[in-house]
Amino acid sequence: MPHVFFTIDCVPLVDACARIVVNTVSESDDRVVDVVDDFKELIVEHIPRLRRYARALAGSRAPADDLVQDTLERSWARQHLWRRGSDLRAWLFTIMHNIYVNQRRQYQPAALLDDDAVEATANARPESAMEMRDLAKALAQLAPEYREVVLLVGLEQMRYEDVAEILNVPLGTVMSRLSRGRERLRALMSGEAKPVLRRVK
Amino acid sequence: MNGTRPIEENDLQAYADNQLDPARRAEIATYLAAHPEDAKRVQAYQRQNELLSAMFDPVLEEPVPAPLRRPEFLRWVRGLRYGAMAASLALAVMLGWYIRGTQQEEVVYTTLARQAAVAHVVYVPEVLHPVEVRAEQEEHLTKWLSKRLGIPVHAPHLGAVGYELVGGRLLPGGEKPAAQFMYQDARGQRLTLYISADSKDGKETAFRYAREGNVSVFYWIDGSYGYALSGEMDRERLLTVAEAVYHELNR
Repeated sequence: MPHVFFTIDCVPLVDACARIVVNTVSESDDRVVDVVDDFKELIVEHIPRLRRYARALAGSRAPADDLVQDTLERSWARQHLWRRGSDLRAWLFTIMHNIYVNQRRQYQPAALLDDDAVEATANARPESAMEMRDLAKALAQLAPEYREVVLLVGLEQMRYEDVAEILNVPLGTVMSRLSRGRERLRALMSGEAKPVLRRVK
Repeated sequence: MNGTRPIEENDLQAYADNQLDPARRAEIATYLAAHPEDAKRVQAYQRQNELLSAMFDPVLEEPVPAPLRRPEFLRWVRGLRYGAMAASLALAVMLGWYIRGTQQEEVVYTTLARQAAVAHVVYVPEVLHPVEVRAEQEEHLTKWLSKRLGIPVHAPHLGAVGYELVGGRLLPGGEKPAAQFMYQDARGQRLTLYISADSKDGKETAFRYAREGNVSVFYWIDGSYGYALSGEMDRERLLTVAEAVYHELNR
């Protein structure tokens, strides 16, 4: 059985790797390291909310975190496009929305109820457990465009104007999707859903 | 009331979301008191919001997986996804060159530790593709790796120290390819065991310890095998696992 130990000094590889990335951002400016760290801190702060939204959007944990990973990676690569001082949260959500739209099929929440978090919460509050499960099921049946609006407004508590900007649609579209999405959820939850969402004006 | 705007659907939504100014809010409240059907609807929407919060707010309290907290690293890893082999080979060659002047024996050891650490930092943060073959196909995995390394290889079972096999992959080594097994504990902390078949002199060495950035590595040579266990944890904890690995391999 080996039992003797000694330490050798090694190049700190992980730091070396971080520097490689930093250098691709700008090779000339020493201050870039601080700027990069600063930006990193800023976006790391938003990760919990990105994860919450992704979880609700994609259903279970693994695809949701993939969505967050893609979002962070893309925002990191495009950090030069973010205007300092503008709303970083909205910018990050815009990126997540674009990725979600392009890869939507991967993130179809066929089994929202499989989410441990939802289950655990539902179990912890038995009085609303049924309602939560019903809402989870109804959300999974909602078309993605409606689900996004309902979640950005209802869960993320965003202002309608911000939602319009994130989704890149007119405010009127946000309002009509919100109204229809919620009505659809209400119908599904009360068991009086019609098969398709269509309203004749 | 004069000058009152007509009540619209949007007002009801905004009432439910508390996005109205106080004056308008009061007008809508008056309207709702007189229209029970609409009031019921608005109440249902408010309840939807409450339920969404109750369901998903707990996510805010969950610890953020470590790889997500290193966005700069995600990109680096993703870039390497397509050229991971080439990149780690190039790094290994560079590192091999760098330490060429040192003793031959030391080269074997340090190369082992460095290659293992490089492979560790590349693959451990992977969310989508941490391994090539998952633990569910362990038999296939060990057969394949044994064939490619040219010596029998198996993944030690580390359940006793709380780690489960995630799977494994083939990596470039020195003269022969190397293998990496990845393990994970209940909290998602990952370890990798790197196995190289490059050792020729058939002797046995002591455990050695090296630290590369955040990564601790215990490595040793046992006959034809070079082993390196890497993890982002302190030396004492990693040692416990290294001892378990050693025991499992020599049972």
